[in-house]
Order: sequence, then structure tokens, then C-alpha cells
Amino acid sequence: MNTLVKSSDRLVRFVNRRLSGRAVNQLMVRIPYIWLLLFFLLPLVIILKISLADPVMARPPYTPMFDWAAGAVQWFQGTLDNYRAIFNDRLYMYTYWSSVKFASVSTVLVLLIGYPMAYAIARAEGKWRTIFLLLVILPFWTSFLLRVYAWLGLLNTYGLINKTLMGLGIIDAPLEMMYTDFAVYIGIVYSYLPFMILPLYASLEKLDGDLRDAAADLGAGPVRTFIDVTLPLSLPGVIAGSMLVFIPAMGEYVIPTLLGGPDNLMIGRVLYDEYFFNMDWPLSSAIAIVLLSLLIVPIMILRYFQDKEAAA
Amino acid sequence: MMKRLSFPLTVLIFGYAFLYIPIFSMIAYSFNKSSLATTWGGFSLRWYGVLFENSQAFDALMLSIRIALVSATFATALGTCAGIALYRFRSFRGRRLFSGMIAAPLVMPEVITGLSLLLFFISLENLIGWPAGRGVDTITIAHITFSMAFVAIVVQARLAGQDNSLEEAAQDLGARPFRVLVDITLPLLAPAMIAGWLLAFTLSFDDLVISSFVSGPGANTLPMYIFSKVKLGVKPDINALATIIVALVTIGVVVAMRLMTRKDGGKKPG
Amino acid sequence: MNDSGNVYKQHETIAVNTEAKSAPIGHGRPWMDPTIEPFIRVEGVSKHFGDFAAVDRVDLDIYQGELFSILGGSGSGKTTLLRVLAGFEEPSTGRVVIDGVDMAGIPPHRRPVNMMFQSYALFPHMTVAKNIAYGLKRDGMRKAVISERVADVLDLVQMSDFGPRKPAQLSGGQRQRVALARAIVKRPKVLLLDEPLGALDKKLRESTQFELANIQYKSGITFIVVTHDQEEAMTLSTRIAVMDQGRFPQVGTPTEIYEYPETRFTADFIGTINSFEGSVESVSGSEMSVSLPALDMTLQVPVKNGISNGDTVCLAVRPEKIWISTSPPETADTAVLTGTVEDQGYFGNLSLYRVRLETGEIIQVSAQNRERQSERMIDWDATVHIHWDIASMVLLKE
Repeated sequence: MNTLVKSSDRLVRFVNRRLSGRAVNQLMVRIPYIWLLLFFLLPLVIILKISLADPVMARPPYTPMFDWAAGAVQWFQGTLDNYRAIFNDRLYMYTYWSSVKFASVSTVLVLLIGYPMAYAIARAEGKWRTIFLLLVILPFWTSFLLRVYAWLGLLNTYGLINKTLMGLGIIDAPLEMMYTDFAVYIGIVYSYLPFMILPLYASLEKLDGDLRDAAADLGAGPVRTFIDVTLPLSLPGVIAGSMLVFIPAMGEYVIPTLLGGPDNLMIGRVLYDEYFFNMDWPLSSAIAIVLLSLLIVPIMILRYFQDKEAAA
Repeated sequence: MMKRLSFPLTVLIFGYAFLYIPIFSMIAYSFNKSSLATTWGGFSLRWYGVLFENSQAFDALMLSIRIALVSATFATALGTCAGIALYRFRSFRGRRLFSGMIAAPLVMPEVITGLSLLLFFISLENLIGWPAGRGVDTITIAHITFSMAFVAIVVQARLAGQDNSLEEAAQDLGARPFRVLVDITLPLLAPAMIAGWLLAFTLSFDDLVISSFVSGPGANTLPMYIFSKVKLGVKPDINALATIIVALVTIGVVVAMRLMTRKDGGKKPG
Repeated sequence: MNDSGNVYKQHETIAVNTEAKSAPIGHGRPWMDPTIEPFIRVEGVSKHFGDFAAVDRVDLDIYQGELFSILGGSGSGKTTLLRVLAGFEEPSTGRVVIDGVDMAGIPPHRRPVNMMFQSYALFPHMTVAKNIAYGLKRDGMRKAVISERVADVLDLVQMSDFGPRKPAQLSGGQRQRVALARAIVKRPKVLLLDEPLGALDKKLRESTQFELANIQYKSGITFIVVTHDQEEAMTLSTRIAVMDQGRFPQVGTPTEIYEYPETRFTADFIGTINSFEGSVESVSGSEMSVSLPALDMTLQVPVKNGISNGDTVCLAVRPEKIWISTSPPETADTAVLTGTVEDQGYFGNLSLYRVRLETGEIIQVSAQNRERQSERMIDWDATVHIHWDIASMVLLKE
């Protein structure tokens, strides 16, 4: 142990003597920068390029895209056929529409459940606040897949919910919940609830209690205080939370696959199937690019609010 | 006498019931004797026995742990650099692109990340012969890429809550830049780095979609294994597996929280 | 009111001081001695952030052993200048020379300068002793020497028993001492202190002020203190540079700055002052006559460079230089003005009066309370007579 400490100390001294401040700073920027350029940005450029490729040419066995000499020429010889195929196919268009519907309705539902919870947590006493927050974070750390899976046992025809309802005499015959829109909504709302509560909590927690008291002191009732003070000041949290739910929900694959039926179409699932079952790379790349362009505005909104938060 | 529950308390009771009933029912059914997933046949540890004899599940678990350990470590190193760079250097060429690339993986739909990385790996293999096929290496690279962003965010948040003059003070007392990094910056970032590592480990351990895209034959992670089993419905031994994972995560999170709050408590000026 | 009219003529030479009086040359005042080289030279230094000039072409000479204060409000550029001296900011123009060495391009860790940070910047993960030893270790000193030096400096700041503690276990005053100890243990040529007493409460600040001066005297290190607190600057410093919008309206000893302020900013920033605008009616020889409509009178004052007929000037007098009484003074060799007390403030040792003159002008007057409150005659709405020595007035630049 001691020799380890000594030798690491020697290493620090060695590097310290040789490395200027500029060099340290440059390494700190460049290593992650290059990594992200290589493994994040370049892959996106590649799918953009493949989405413009001729389906026949790009189908396996795959002709190397990076024949460098031809590469640049090929780029401009791209075809929009794949995009045309998507826009002319009513099923794809319906799927995009249905993803937007699933994602936005779920976002509203998550907000309706998450806001009162975040509000109640933010107003709880110190120690309870930590515990309540922990209880929100805990499912967030446990497997996403398993949490979706847990609903299989509840929503089944003979699952817990149907049994309970029948046992109480509320219904006579089991409700069909699995493989419906309802199951997909439940899955999204359940899985993404923590993504909403945490940013909401963050903005509500910062809200000074004196502000509410001041509003009350100036004659505003609880409802007015909420509408005039609390809600506007928590708006950044509302928007950040909504985007954090909407964006990933749009591309959701696991939830519609496990809980939805063949009719509950979402684009993430179609993309996955298009790639794995039809092996159509250009088309699946085009699907991904269209999805990404649908998400650019929400991503920009999220960035704007996060930057504003960071600047404050 | 019935006391009327306050509105916030009612909200919390229903909210947490919604969050926890599915998990608890899954745990309860893991102790179900019956092999019919929907009927209660009495208490039994039968499915835990079945699980422990399942070598496929065990192999998948070990693979997932291996990938998570490596990718979390690399992601912490890269993410810490990125977090410090973004916080400290307010203007350098390409900073906007850099900060965009750090923020994007947090919201990028997994199917897009997965597909783009897969097609990138295939193109790269065609071009330079590496990576030869896909498997553990490609999954690890993919996991490092998306989880380093989370580490960078945690590190940035910690730096924002910290006195900037600490590093200047060290410099002022004669420490060269690398010395400042080793003596001051990194020790003070340690809690954030540990939190970031745990987050990166969990994200890697949890990932299904991206892994499915960039995996190759023979590289079956635990989520991939579980997914292939539950696609067709409830499996009692998966309930048992889920129970074990939930228990471990709960213990981990509670212990981590304890450690962190205790440390913070000591830091408050007395 | 004085019957001789509202025009007051002074026939003798009036000592309206427009320039600082020359102080006797002695070794305590190196800035007065042309044979002594300044220890720190700041020559034409500016620091721009985008279009904004935080520090705007300033010159400054600071001598060895001085306790020099840079006094200014928030946003005046004082901290930026300090950071330029420490090497955290490169000046946009100009240069800094310390002990004959140009500091251009020398990074903070190689400068013969140490800084005490406003936040103290004590390393939270190191003990008090380790914090103090940190700078010595960076110089590669032997362990035995380091522990000796640490013990000495802890003794100097009266913190000998606190070596093994962590900063979080100390009170604000104790942290301030540790920060000071850490900064002086390397025996720098110059110590920079950024609001050294800013984080302490009022009582503690007063006692620490003198300790700080004492430690400076014992260690012989040149101190440059940045502060927004005029009282602190006045009591501590050998000299003060008043800073405003990146420039120095005035540099001088505390007395010079208070008694002979050169600009309206300096006069207003340090203490309070009654200032009256007037116009120059005539210039003859070394004198000029200035009419002050606010007081309804004309004064003869010495000419100042660059002032000519018709210029607008500003004459000012401090509240404590004014006599106030309910009955007309017997010896009235200066003009006596009459007014009513519009407002008064009782501060225990002294009282402050706002007197409204017949012209409508309000003049602030302060008076020592030599008698008990109940026996004092001056009250709201009382008619009072005020007068001051013309020699105690100053001519201010805008």
C-alpha cells in the first residue's frame, strides 16, 4: 500500500513537472470531445447518409459506404426515395402520428399526477422530504425493463387488478387491459413519472415560502396564490419535465412491445422491427432521421430552459 | 374519530401506491408456489431455486456486470473531464457543439442511438476491419458514450455548488495546474464522481435497446435475456430475479444516500 | 442674517484647499521621497471584458511596507485589479512590475504574491495545518522546516490549538485567521487581501482591523487590501486609492482623502458632504470669485488650473465643520446663515441636523452632543444659525 502511494505520488510529480496548464486544459477538453465526435456525432452523420442511399445498393451484402474516393460523390448522389416511401405510406404516417399522440397525452397525464406530488414533497418537513424524494428516486434506479414487466402481472385478464375488481363485485367479467392503448399509456406514465417529479421538485423547492406568505398577506387566497405565484415560478420545471417525458416517450420501444398489441403502433417499435426483421437499413435510417427531426423542436426547448436554469 | 387527510398527504399516498404496487406485487408473486403466474398457490422459494440453476441467466448477469463495471469507469473518467471542461472553460472553439453533444444523449431516443451506433460499427468494420464483429466491446463503447453525459451533468452540478476560488487559492500558493487538479479539484469532486459512477453503472446494467442493436452473437446481457423471456408473458423465475435486483438496488441507494447526507452534515459550518 | 449683504467678500487670502497639503517627508511616508523606488508599479493597466472596461488605464505606485487600500463600491473594478496583480487575469493593456520584475506572462503559481480570498477559499478536505503547509510543500521545503513555519504562523494568528481541525469546525473569525496565516506563511513580497473583514460581523471586524494592521507591521509584508468599507480603509491604511468605474479619482493618505477630496465622487463616497454648485464670475490674479445661488452669496477662492470665467464649479463643506446654534454667534468673522431644522437624527455621541435655508437649500450639520439630550435646545422647526470657516471648504472636480 505504501509503495503504491509513493509511486503514484512520483507519477503525479512527473506529470506535474511536464504538463503545462494549457496542456492539462486541452487534454480535459479534447479527450471527451473526440470521443463524442467519433461515437455520437459521426454515427448520426452515417445514418443520415445511409438514409439517402439506394435501398438495393445498401442492402446486405453491404457495399462499403466508405470507399473514400467515391464517398464524396456518393453523398451528393443520394436519393430521397426512402423518405418518399415513408411519406407515401399511410401506415408510417399513422405511426408517427400515433407516437405523437401517445407521447403528448402521456406527458399531460404525467404532469397531472406529478405536479401535485412534487408540490406535496416540496412542502413536506425536512426529514420527510428526503424520504419522499428517495421513494421517487428508488424506482428510477431499478430496472426500467422490470418496472414495465411488473405491469404484465397487474393488467392481465386474470391479473391482480381484474381479480380485485371482480372480488369486490365491481365488475362481473375481466376487463381487457393488456395489449390496448390503455396499457401503453399506463406503462409510459408509470415509467416516466420520476422524470417529471424531479425537475418539478427542483423548481418548487427553490420557491421561497415567503413569496406565498407575501401573496397571502396581500389578500390572495390559496387558489389565487397558486395561480399567481407558484405556477408561474414553477413553469421552467413544468417545461423541463414535460420535455424529459415527451422526447424519450416518442421513441419508446419496450413499452409498446411488452404492453401494447399489434395495433398500438409507435415509431420506435416499427424502426426496430424494420431493422431486425426486414434488414432495410436505408429505410430504418430514414425513419430514425424523421423521428429525430420531429424531436428537434422539443429538444431545443429543453436546452433553452436548462441553459437558463444553469445561468441563474 | 376520522381525521380528514390533507390534500398533499392524499396525493402522496395515491402517488406512491401507483409507483410501488406493481413492484410489490411482482415481489409477492416471486414467492408464489404455483407455476401459474396469476394464481396464488402458497408461499415458496421454488422460483429462486429455479433461477439459481439457470446458467443462462447467470452468464447474462456476469456479462452485464462486466460491461457495467468497465463502461462506468471509463464514463466517469471521460464525463469528469467533460464536466470540468464545460464548467471551467466558457469559450473555446466548438464549445456549443461540445455542450450539445453532452446534453443530447440524455434525451436521444434509444432506438436512434442504437441504430446509428450499429451502422457506424458496421461501416467502420468495412473500412478498417475493426471492430471485428459486434459483442462485448461494441456494447461497452455504446454504454460509455451515453452514460458519460450523465456523469458530466453530475460533475457540473457539483462544480457549480462549489467555491471557485479554491483552485485559484492552490495556484496562488504555488501549485502547478496538474497539482491543482490532483490535490484540490478531484478530491472535492469525489462525491460527484462516485454518484456519477453509480449512475453510469446502473444505466449500463439496465440498458436493453442500445445493447440489442450493437450486440452480436453470444453477447447476451441480462436485460436482453429477461426481455426475450417476458415478451410472451409473466415468468415466475423472472419475478424472483426482479426481486433480487430490486432488493440490491434499494440497499445500494439507501446506503449511498446515508453516506452522502452524513458527509454533507459534517461539512456544515458549526 | 448678516446685514452686510448676501455677498460675502473675503479680503485675506482664503485657504480653500484645492490641492493636498504637502506632508513632512519622513521614512514613514516613502511616497513623498523621490529617492525611493516604488515596490509595485502598475502602469497603464486596463482589463476589458468584451466591450466593458472593468479596469481602465490606471497607474499606481505602491511602496514596500505599505498597507495600501483600494476602496470602491461593487462593480468599481477593484477585485479585477487585484486579480490582475495576483495573475488570475492578464491585463488587456499596460504592465505590472513587482520588485523590479515585469509580471507579464508569469502564472499565479510563480508570482511572489499571495492572496487572501474573500471567501477565504480554505480547502475543506484538509486540516488547518495542512492548509497552511500547502504552499510551503509546493516550494519543496523539508518537512521539519514546514512544521516549524506552520507552528510559528499559527502562533502569530493565535490559532495554535487548531492545527488538526477541519475548516468546517471553525467559526468565521477563526477561518479568517487561518486564511491569513496560509497567505503569509510563504512570506510573499506582497499580500493581496480581498475584502479581508467582509465576512465578519461588526464587532469582530473592529477588533480584527487592528490585529490585521499589527500582523502587517510584524511581518513587514506589503499589504494591498481591497474593500468597500470606507471606515476599514480609513483606519487601516497608509494610503487609499479610491476606485470608481475602473479608474482612480484620487489616491492619497486617509486624511488627504477625507479632508481634501478632489472630486465629488470621492467626497460623497467617503463620509457626507454639502456641495454647492456655483459659477465663476471673475478671475483676477490668484483669486476668483464664485457665486453660489444656493447660499445666495459670492465667495473669493484661490484659482485652480484650467478654470476660467463662466465655468461651473462645486464648493463643498463637511457637516462637522459647520457650527450650529439657536442664538446668533458673537464672533462672526464669517457669514452666518439662518434656517430651520427640518429633520434631526440622534446618534448618541452626535446629532445630525438637516437645516433648510431661506433659499430652500438643505444643509447637513453634525454636532457633538456635549450636553444631555433633555438640555439641548435644538429641535424640529427650531430657527438656527449656522456658519463655517471658508478655509474648510474644498473645490471639487466633477
